[in-house]
Amino acid sequence: MPHVVMTGIAARRFTGGLTEFDVEANTVRRMIVELDKRYPGLGEQIDEGMAIAIDGEIFQDAYLEKLKPDSEIVLIPKIGGG
Amino acid sequence: MAYLDKAALKVVGTRPIRPDGVDKVIGRASFGADMTMPGMLWGKVKRSPHAHARIVKINTDKARKVPGVHAIVTADDFPNIANEEAFVGEGPMNFRDLSRNCMARDKALYDGHAVAAVAATTQAAAEEAVELIEVEYEVLPHVIDVEAAMAPNAPLLHDDMFTQGVEPKPTKPSNVAKKITFTKGDIAKGFAEAEVVIERRYTTKPVHQAYIEPHACLVAIGADGQATVWSSSQGQFMVRAYCAKLLNIDIANIRAMPAEIGGGFGGKTLVYLEPVAMALSKKTGRPVKMVMSREEVFRGTGPTSGGTIEVKIGAKKSGRIVAAELVLKYQAGAFAGSPVGPGCMCAFAMYDLDNVHITGYDVVSNRPKVAAYRAPGAPISSFGVESCIDELARELNIDPLALREINAARDGTKTPYGPTLVNVGYMQTLEAARSHPNLKIPLGPNQGRGVASGFWFNIGGESSAAVHVNEDGTASVIEGNPDIGGSRASMAMMAAEVLGIPYDRVRAIVADTGSIGFTFLTGGSRVTFATGMAVTQAAEKVVEQLKSRAAAIWDISPEAVEWKDGKAFPAGSNAGSFEPLSLADIAIKSGRTGGPISAEVSINAQGAGPGFATHICDVEVDRETGHVKILRYTAVQDVGRAIHPSYVEGQIQGGVTQGVGWALNEEYIYDKNGCLENPGFLDYRIPVASDMPMIDAVMVEVPNPRHPFGARGVGEVPIVPPMAAVANAIADAVGARMRDLPMSPPKLRATLDEQDPPRMAAE
Repeated sequence: MPHVVMTGIAARRFTGGLTEFDVEANTVRRMIVELDKRYPGLGEQIDEGMAIAIDGEIFQDAYLEKLKPDSEIVLIPKIGGG
Repeated sequence: MAYLDKAALKVVGTRPIRPDGVDKVIGRASFGADMTMPGMLWGKVKRSPHAHARIVKINTDKARKVPGVHAIVTADDFPNIANEEAFVGEGPMNFRDLSRNCMARDKALYDGHAVAAVAATTQAAAEEAVELIEVEYEVLPHVIDVEAAMAPNAPLLHDDMFTQGVEPKPTKPSNVAKKITFTKGDIAKGFAEAEVVIERRYTTKPVHQAYIEPHACLVAIGADGQATVWSSSQGQFMVRAYCAKLLNIDIANIRAMPAEIGGGFGGKTLVYLEPVAMALSKKTGRPVKMVMSREEVFRGTGPTSGGTIEVKIGAKKSGRIVAAELVLKYQAGAFAGSPVGPGCMCAFAMYDLDNVHITGYDVVSNRPKVAAYRAPGAPISSFGVESCIDELARELNIDPLALREINAARDGTKTPYGPTLVNVGYMQTLEAARSHPNLKIPLGPNQGRGVASGFWFNIGGESSAAVHVNEDGTASVIEGNPDIGGSRASMAMMAAEVLGIPYDRVRAIVADTGSIGFTFLTGGSRVTFATGMAVTQAAEKVVEQLKSRAAAIWDISPEAVEWKDGKAFPAGSNAGSFEPLSLADIAIKSGRTGGPISAEVSINAQGAGPGFATHICDVEVDRETGHVKILRYTAVQDVGRAIHPSYVEGQIQGGVTQGVGWALNEEYIYDKNGCLENPGFLDYRIPVASDMPMIDAVMVEVPNPRHPFGARGVGEVPIVPPMAAVANAIADAVGARMRDLPMSPPKLRATLDEQDPPRMAAE
């Protein structure tokens, strides 16, 4: 089951301060849906403001990306540039 | 398909002439201010002379009477946008704030804030009318500096701003828009284990991107409500989206045309003039052109943040860092949204650390709203961190490069902001720096050498690209990213490599929003990575079509055709015996084999791969004047794979030069009323050619496996290390530790005077 870690504090208000979760999901979209079921509002927060690092590679707006059972998933603030 | 075998590449990695080069050299290239239309009016903005003031009344009666004036707009002519945040440009954008930044509503929040605009038949009439617009202000107390803005009794910019990220939710409004934290490990335990602790405070000033071309646009709205926008920006799709949102127009009714762009560096990732020109055009039924003066650019558009950086680092005497703590306070300007988040995330990303605690504050004050600037946020925090690392190295008597080697992040390092690094080349940059001959050049009196490193994430994102085979065997590449750093050449090179034809047989153009699929803006060092990926995939699709067309000509199966060196060959003897068909041979017969040969690909590119850099700066300090001369500068960077090495070197050299300006001279100077005193290049000193030596750009290539050619973004990270590299070099040269930017001659002189007080003549 993929393990999800949330860094930063923007989304902690949805989780009561929790920052680590095990989520039964094989895609990014499924993970977001599952997290939103557990913590209503977190899904939109991830959609609008967060990037997802999967095994060290950063993905933004990538619903279809596959997750492996042992994937390291880190939710981080979205990244722009100059 | 991957093309990572460098030896097999024929086009990628070479240095051809850029397709837009001649036009730019002879002055024929068409920038934002070069557009004209029949019946065109000139627009001009009326700007606040106050840093903070309530707009009581705007009287336009006198201005309207100026001959030639067709319309005047104020905030009342724009929809009152609700508080809505989205990630559209180069970071989170609040549309209400964007709208109020383009045209002040209720309050002017900084000197230079737009409060009204005029459209007239001539520039002179527009300027005269602007002067005659009477604005009644209630001047309010203002605050410029970040820590003053955080004080409990500071003048408040926004009554409805409550600090996010603190519990319990505040009941009083504040200028602190947001507090963020990142934590890894146990910071108290880490410092308890430390044998040496260094704690320092550093500051930086807001600096402008200083693009040479001021903002400019021409907007025409027809009687049917369809708008066309020509403008200089980092993204025509961004211009379209923001104008649609701010003026409540359907996106389909706006066509945004990209002009050539004379620099952006992040500063053209949002709009200032375009919505105003659109409102004026809507009101007058005439095309409206607007061009900012340099003074307007400085007073009315966003620099990057200034900030304070409080760093505390604990280490063993061996040099191993065991704890690192950081507090960042960034100026956001008049509206929330400083790059303090990435500042926090990048600060220690070069190091493999177990115990880290980072706190960031996003703070509004009465300055122009900040805009993105190369690696937004990272140069500020890195100035503090990399200066402090240097101070630690001196304290421990360890070579600064060796200290970085001891603590360097590498594949498998878990970053302070969460993810584990993969396919990164920081160690390789340190190794290349270590072995570079410039590191061994002896230094003379008052000369010093500084080292600093930097990190930036890089991004991918949505890109579209099309490749068309023309009937004469040439190819056209259509992309949606304004070309700032030579991307048309790079796109053409990648297409040529895949198609197997020479570079000069491929021509790339930047298309308008009606002519190519959505493409996120040019920024975040994403274009060569993301749009290059789309171009490569489109070219690969074209190759499949070419094979299919050859099969049709030969009357064999497409699987029996292979593509090599720009020609179709039968794949083995079983496929038959045919003379190879070139791309041109197939193109001329495309009508008979199914019609035009082309492909368009739209993707959301992921896995951009971060960039690391290590810089070595040699300076000479004139003790008498405080002037710092850059003797030589060596910038080592992991570039993944250089598609066009000259343009990669150009990005590195440009970033370094801007960083040196940030380090030594650039700053906004405000008077006691909060008005900007140096809105021009005469008094806002950016480096010129004579200030800089030839910068040695050293490209380390650790290919990014996510990109077909191994590319990773290169335009951001080169501006991250220079400020600390210069400061560390000055400290090495004269023993003066400069912790406040800019390290301008008067400041350095003052520091040297403290170190060695000047003798009075009477002594």
